[in-house]
Amino acid sequence: MNSTLNILRKEIREMMTASTVLPIVVMAVLFGAMGSVMGGIEEDVTGAPTVGIVNDDTHGDLAAIAVDTIGDLSELAYNGADVDEGIATVDEAGGIALLHIPANFTERIMSGEPGTIQIYWIMKGAGLLDSISSEAVNGVLWNVNRAISVHLIDVNASVNSTLALNPMTMTETTIFGDRIMDGISPGTLGTMLSMQSLIVPLVMMMLIMVAGGTVISSMGMEKENKTLETLLTLPVTRGSIVTGKLVASALIGLMMAAIYMVGFSYYMTGFSASGELDLERYDIALSALDYILVGISLFVTLVAALALCMILGTFAKNYKSAQTLTMPIAFLAVVPMLLIIFKDFNTLPPAAQVALFALPFSHPMMAMRSLMFDDYALVLGGIVYSTIFAVVAIALTVWIFKTDRLLTGRIGKKEEGRGRNLLRAVSGRKR
Amino acid sequence: MLAMSTSTDRPSSALAGGPALEVVNLVKDYGKFRALKGISFTVDDGEVFGLIGPNGAGKTTALRIISTILRITSGHVRMFGTDIAERSHEARKILSYLPEDAGAYKNLTGNAYLVFIARFFSQNREDLRRIVSKGVEIADLGDRMDDKIDTYSKGMARRLLVARALMIEPRVAVLDELTSGLDVINAQEIRKIVKDSSRRGTTVLLSSHNMLEVELMCDRIALINDGEIVEIGTPAELKAKHGAQNIEEVFMKVVS
Repeated sequence: MNSTLNILRKEIREMMTASTVLPIVVMAVLFGAMGSVMGGIEEDVTGAPTVGIVNDDTHGDLAAIAVDTIGDLSELAYNGADVDEGIATVDEAGGIALLHIPANFTERIMSGEPGTIQIYWIMKGAGLLDSISSEAVNGVLWNVNRAISVHLIDVNASVNSTLALNPMTMTETTIFGDRIMDGISPGTLGTMLSMQSLIVPLVMMMLIMVAGGTVISSMGMEKENKTLETLLTLPVTRGSIVTGKLVASALIGLMMAAIYMVGFSYYMTGFSASGELDLERYDIALSALDYILVGISLFVTLVAALALCMILGTFAKNYKSAQTLTMPIAFLAVVPMLLIIFKDFNTLPPAAQVALFALPFSHPMMAMRSLMFDDYALVLGGIVYSTIFAVVAIALTVWIFKTDRLLTGRIGKKEEGRGRNLLRAVSGRKR
Repeated sequence: MLAMSTSTDRPSSALAGGPALEVVNLVKDYGKFRALKGISFTVDDGEVFGLIGPNGAGKTTALRIISTILRITSGHVRMFGTDIAERSHEARKILSYLPEDAGAYKNLTGNAYLVFIARFFSQNREDLRRIVSKGVEIADLGDRMDDKIDTYSKGMARRLLVARALMIEPRVAVLDELTSGLDVINAQEIRKIVKDSSRRGTTVLLSSHNMLEVELMCDRIALINDGEIVEIGTPAELKAKHGAQNIEEVFMKVVS
């Protein structure tokens, strides 16, 4: 037999284990889910934006040009005379802006001053990518500006050349939930909010990756160094072993995250944008209670994440396989962080929303932004969910420690029955 | 009620009110594979009992069950009259298990490792100091006790682990392949340590592939083959029964 082929077969058999393949499969599925989200964003950018128009300059030629241009380049959800009604209609139609042309629009331009279009942005989410669709409206308005400019040149209007080239300005009001924020665009708001609420997702990601990796490795090391059997025969409850490992990993994770965040805070001071937003002015500053809720969310999620890591750790045969098992955890920490920075929970597709909510890691990441806009239901729901997740994960971990799995890699018939009973007890179902 | 023993209050057999170990129809399944097929034996208090058999016979499975780290499929194991499946935590207070390929935490020094283990068994500082002193005495590693375990030779590490297992003066010591991988000198010293411990009242259940070791150390021996006890008795009884010169011959006759 060919020796190389023989070696090749052996190597493949050694490498193709469930613990090496499964993380990659999980990552591939998650990448697929991310792709569907990004696909949705692309449609937002390339499609014609849905807007509404309120034209108070009904007799003005230039206003008529503006309305025609907007009508040609957008889906018109509303074309009427009432701003409030227009905003409500556009919002219902899933549109992103109401363009209000004031009564003096044409008159101002013809008298040598720029005409102003008031844009009411209907902001759906506070992620960086949520504001991309507003760029499509900006494109429409650029075309409006050009059409008016062309008209002014065609009719040889008696306006100065600077005004002829730029006859129009915009004022912006962003409506997000119940908040009406004057003088700010969704893009600016989204960028600034993302910068403001970036710290928690980063801390959470670091905590999960460092502390989670520590706890998984700890299990792998116990097996590799053959210390686990001795540990399990000591007069210490399985709950104490699990608690000791979880708390130690959490403390190490917190320390590592703190060191990392000190460096990161210096890095962030280099970006002036993060300091420019006056949160008080827009009534989105966090109160002391909000910070406490963020802290609670972080804590319960960390416990849940570490218990999950410990369950994974029971699969680790040694330190090397433990390292492989940290990959899906790291990925599960990074994906929600990216999603939350770029997209708001409310603007994600339903499947992604379910996935994001089901993953306890994402709740503290979403908490700050949700609290800025008083979305307490999502934050409190997340805390309750993460707490339940943590309790179930810890119960499962302790149960696994009581089975043969740690030593033999299998649960065993009797224990499988006990496991089913435990799961039934957890889910509240009876035989 | 099982209780932690010390050098001064080690309970006698009469006080304990039952054999140190009573294994009754013990069955262990790993999925469809039955590793133990209803084994039964009794170990008296203070006895050194050997469990010998070929590889895969079920020795380690039996020792792991008795040490409370594997669950029982069916049957019972009683330690001084108490069912260990029902009161495993209590059983762990009076037993020590030394696995065949046991390791220690490599980043700890020998001293720190003994302190770590002793803390689980001590009620106060005096207890802790006494247990650790005993461990240091058994390990007999001199200044190397302050070095990281990572730097120890195999023999040194095994001595430390034996010290760990016996320093608490357990009422039951379960020792799997006690001298596995050790040279003759180290092996002999460790056997002596275990015998000394037994003389002070520790009941010892050991398994070994080394028939000479078993013959030298054990008061009684059980031969296990394919998950079943096939012989049980004192070394003299077994040799007489099978007309053998030594236990190795008994082993070969019974197993083959």
